[in-house]
Amino acid sequence: MILKMKDKDMINLKIDGKNVSVEAGTTILEAAKKVNVKIPTLCYHPDLCIAGNCRVCMVEIEGSRTLAAACAMPVDQNMNVLTNSLKVRTARKHNIELLLSEHNSECTKCYKNGNCELQDLAAEYKITNDTFIDLVPFHNYTIDHYSPSIIKDDSKCIRCQRCVRTCEELQSVSALGVAYKGEHMKISTFLEKSMYDVVCTNCGQCVNRCPVGALVEKNYIDQVWDAIYDKSKHVVVQTAPAVRVALGEDLGLENGEIVTGKMVAGLRKLGFDSVLDTDFTADLTIMEEGTELLTRLKRALVDKDPTVALPMTTSCSPGWIKFIEHQFPQLLPNVSTCKSPQQMFGALAKTYYAQERNLNPANIVSISIMPCTAKKFEADRPEMRSSGYKDVDFVLTTRELAVMLKQAGIDFKSIPEEKYDSIMGQSTGAAVIFGATGGVMEAALRTAYEIVTGREVPFNELNITPVRGMEGVKEASVKIEGTLPEWKFLEGATLNTATAHGLVNAKKVMEMVVSGEANYHFIEIMACPGGCLGGGGQPIPTNAEIRMKRSDAIYREDSGMPIRKSHENPEVAQIYKEFLEKPLGHKSHQLLHTHYVDRTKK
Amino acid sequence: MKEMIENLTKKYGKSRESLMPILQAVVEKENYLSEEAMNEIAKQLDISAAQVYGTASFYSFLDTEPRGKYVIRVCKSIIAEMKGKKEIIRTLENVLKVKVGHTTPDNMFSLLETNDIGWSDQEPSMLVNEKPYTNLTPEKVISIINEYRK
Amino acid sequence: MSSHNLKKTDIIFGICHTSDDNQNILPGGVCKTSRTKYTVLEEVIKKDPKDIINDIIESGLKGRGGAGFPTGYKWKFGAASPETEKYVICNADEGEPGTFKDRDILLKVPGKIYAGMAICGYCIKAKQGYIYLRGEYRYMIPELQKVLDEFHETIKKIGFDFHIDILLGSGAYVCGEETALMESMEGKRGEPRNKPPFPTIEGFRNKPTVINNVETFVNVVMIQKLGVDEFRKLGTQDSRGSKVFSVSGDTPIPGVYELELGMKLCDFVDEYGDGDTKAVQVGGASGFCVPRKKFDETIIGFEGIPTGGSMMLFNSSRSMYNVLCNYLDFFAEESCGQCTPCRVGCQQLIRGIKAVKCGQRPPEYLDTLLKLTDSMRLSAKCGLGQSVANSFSSIVSNFTEEMIY
Repeated sequence: MILKMKDKDMINLKIDGKNVSVEAGTTILEAAKKVNVKIPTLCYHPDLCIAGNCRVCMVEIEGSRTLAAACAMPVDQNMNVLTNSLKVRTARKHNIELLLSEHNSECTKCYKNGNCELQDLAAEYKITNDTFIDLVPFHNYTIDHYSPSIIKDDSKCIRCQRCVRTCEELQSVSALGVAYKGEHMKISTFLEKSMYDVVCTNCGQCVNRCPVGALVEKNYIDQVWDAIYDKSKHVVVQTAPAVRVALGEDLGLENGEIVTGKMVAGLRKLGFDSVLDTDFTADLTIMEEGTELLTRLKRALVDKDPTVALPMTTSCSPGWIKFIEHQFPQLLPNVSTCKSPQQMFGALAKTYYAQERNLNPANIVSISIMPCTAKKFEADRPEMRSSGYKDVDFVLTTRELAVMLKQAGIDFKSIPEEKYDSIMGQSTGAAVIFGATGGVMEAALRTAYEIVTGREVPFNELNITPVRGMEGVKEASVKIEGTLPEWKFLEGATLNTATAHGLVNAKKVMEMVVSGEANYHFIEIMACPGGCLGGGGQPIPTNAEIRMKRSDAIYREDSGMPIRKSHENPEVAQIYKEFLEKPLGHKSHQLLHTHYVDRTKK
Repeated sequence: MKEMIENLTKKYGKSRESLMPILQAVVEKENYLSEEAMNEIAKQLDISAAQVYGTASFYSFLDTEPRGKYVIRVCKSIIAEMKGKKEIIRTLENVLKVKVGHTTPDNMFSLLETNDIGWSDQEPSMLVNEKPYTNLTPEKVISIINEYRK
Repeated sequence: MSSHNLKKTDIIFGICHTSDDNQNILPGGVCKTSRTKYTVLEEVIKKDPKDIINDIIESGLKGRGGAGFPTGYKWKFGAASPETEKYVICNADEGEPGTFKDRDILLKVPGKIYAGMAICGYCIKAKQGYIYLRGEYRYMIPELQKVLDEFHETIKKIGFDFHIDILLGSGAYVCGEETALMESMEGKRGEPRNKPPFPTIEGFRNKPTVINNVETFVNVVMIQKLGVDEFRKLGTQDSRGSKVFSVSGDTPIPGVYELELGMKLCDFVDEYGDGDTKAVQVGGASGFCVPRKKFDETIIGFEGIPTGGSMMLFNSSRSMYNVLCNYLDFFAEESCGQCTPCRVGCQQLIRGIKAVKCGQRPPEYLDTLLKLTDSMRLSAKCGLGQSVANSFSSIVSNFTEEMIY
């Protein structure tokens, strides 16, 4: 028997004379999209709850005393909506002018010049004179540039609260809030401290969603140009997996295009001495972290060591690291001691690479291109100097690289593809999927399962689909059967894993670990929604559709690679043979592993 | 501080709704919300310090700046202005030897202005902590301050 | 005009007292309501909630806080929801400049407020009520709580399952807005919400909530006590009943007065003015300023200019420019800051007025500002931002010379 589901009531209304029929509960803004009626917005963002505070999306409803905010007003039967009447245009123009009057409008000096939603509106409404009084001189705005990752410029804030909602809803960090009221109302940290001095994880999700230039990444473009033009320096650059599926978006290409070859060619044209790949150290991370996991499991199951910390979590997301250092410092022993691929690369660049290339490490400048703003903070961490120098000198976001490519006049669309240099330029499909949520888990399983059983993971074409996708927390279990003799203590065991992306989901998982509800052995955590492909340094704007296309591109790239398991990367075998000796060996501990800081202690 | 907040959570609970009464209780006891107090409240209510600060700073009576033992809030409504608020302020500034917005060096009095407190029929008026004083004259004000100084 | 044109009433503060009670009134007018037996509730509990709600609809009672929504319909919507968790909230956040009538009601007849809330709870099937009391009225709490404790004891015996708690504000005018008030009760900044949904559908804790002004709850009690017909005899067709007014400014007799709604403003000025009344601000800073020449044609009521009770009188010695500046400073300070038209608009208005006065901007700039207030009225997120236009346009239009010279 098939039970008939009760249909949600359908509402029929008119928008600008067009008939539209939608489910009850739909907002006017959503209904308008269905009939291709464009209503301008500022505080609205598809990833976030509805605010309704900018008052730009006002529309006229016949018979109503006031205008209505299209983003917040649900449709009603026989509603007659006008999105562009004189009343509407007057009110909208006034609100834009009001925003401009309290805004530092020196666009030519602004980092977001050309990619600013307020600029777009001002242009659309042809705001060419100052109707109102300039309020900026009366506000004593401050700029917070103390963080190595994010700059907060209050003189540009339009108080849409997108950053606050992001930090609260998506990340459950709430380092940014709203303070005071009236004319003094502003977006503020605790006691207006610098972002550097509070629980901000540097994830940059706020930067991704700021419509204007109030929150931007701290950019190191000038410093990198200086290094490139310094003839005495050997400048090495590494590129993260998620960059190659998003860089094109800022350079006129479609969302979801794989631009690896063009990116390498562009970097070479910019003048980098060696163009190498973070994916190489991603493979290396799998070797180290996989071994670390198996070692912990052995200590727990064979040695019955009560001090071993399980579940083990990944450690390649610096936003996640700062998060756990603030929120769950008691669980720091559970975090893998492996550095992130970026930092492993940096340490090796000024030791192994310098040695192989006969270079003085003091003359090596190590740059990374990351989809991430937290990586800037990570590179600055005092313990990241295992090489004897600062392991990673400067971190550029995907956005900054696009700026540099434009500055150099490179025609990205037509540049022919090139390949990475070696050594430390070869990688596998397992490495590139690091850029997506579930990727580290999948890469680790592909290797660990084979180490333990001698066979490939029992998933079609090595695609471990249970750990893929955009669900906030994904659980997956792998039964281990037919182990090699050395690993017989794992025979018949089930490895329980969890994968979380977005810190709000990380919090959920860690709370389950604290309460004892969780029975996982291995947890992958990515601070950013979608994983690194949705990182705080990626092209703006961002939304679920964009992230999905980047994700598809990453898994396409993986399928197309000749080698798809980290332990089969020949350069990885080479570095162990010639330099590191073995995973978790002495040299590895020195260069590739790290420790963490309890940030709740004074 | 930790203990004080713990006692307050026992009385008012640990939910977000408990925040207002807890903030009010701390202000009543300590005259203002210190960084330490806000941090401790954030910890025990499992919300961020920025959220505590953001909520507290919204309300005029939840001071996040240090205040004296007695907080004087003189009504600045238009009716108060018409009935002689300026003179009352001048008198207070003379007697306390501080300007509006400041606290006396001995930490006894803070002098502030506030919006309509509900005594427009008896202006000028003021609150000293929660106690209202109405139909003020300079002489009355001086004697009120002297009472508090005892 | 002779003063007998004004019809005084004594519903809110009177009637419930016996002659014994009059001897037990404390200094300041506080009533020793330990004598109040809440007899009206004994009758209410015998009635069908639907009938009581119909009584209120029939009576024509409209909200006494200033917004004037028909009370009976609000209660009907509250009762209609099948949700079991519902709330009754008394808005005691009286903060409109020049309003102090709830002060007296809270001091003198708190028992009637509690009774009105209990009737509401009975009608909509809510078990919990809250009084959101403005922080500036904190001194009232000991006496309010004492009366409340007696109230709880008494109504339990009568058979009501209803409990009231007092919550305190902390100095924020905007928390008088119903959704901002609920945000504050939930421990957050008092930022108004998007409407719809309205509180009767999603209110406190997102549950159906009826929120009414202090005076409205007292009126409900009195309608039950007097009967609908008696109540309907007072006031006019659009403004049934009486209203408590708070009169201040240039008047020899400032204070709280109960008068029938629908009176002519000229009659009011005759009674309360000092003989030289230039303007009356009806409804506080968010109300309208009526100049002398319009006293005759202005009705105080929902068909004319409604008010939460604030009536401020200004004589010819007063500068309307100062008055307007005071109101605009007030709004710029008390705005929650959330929405663009209010947060920035208020700043533009106060700075604009000052610029015109000192010559930095030409007199024509006033027209620009008037157009701005139109947009504020149409696009602000809540009543605060929407109402700034009222005093701004009425003062600027009626006293233009005072703005310029």
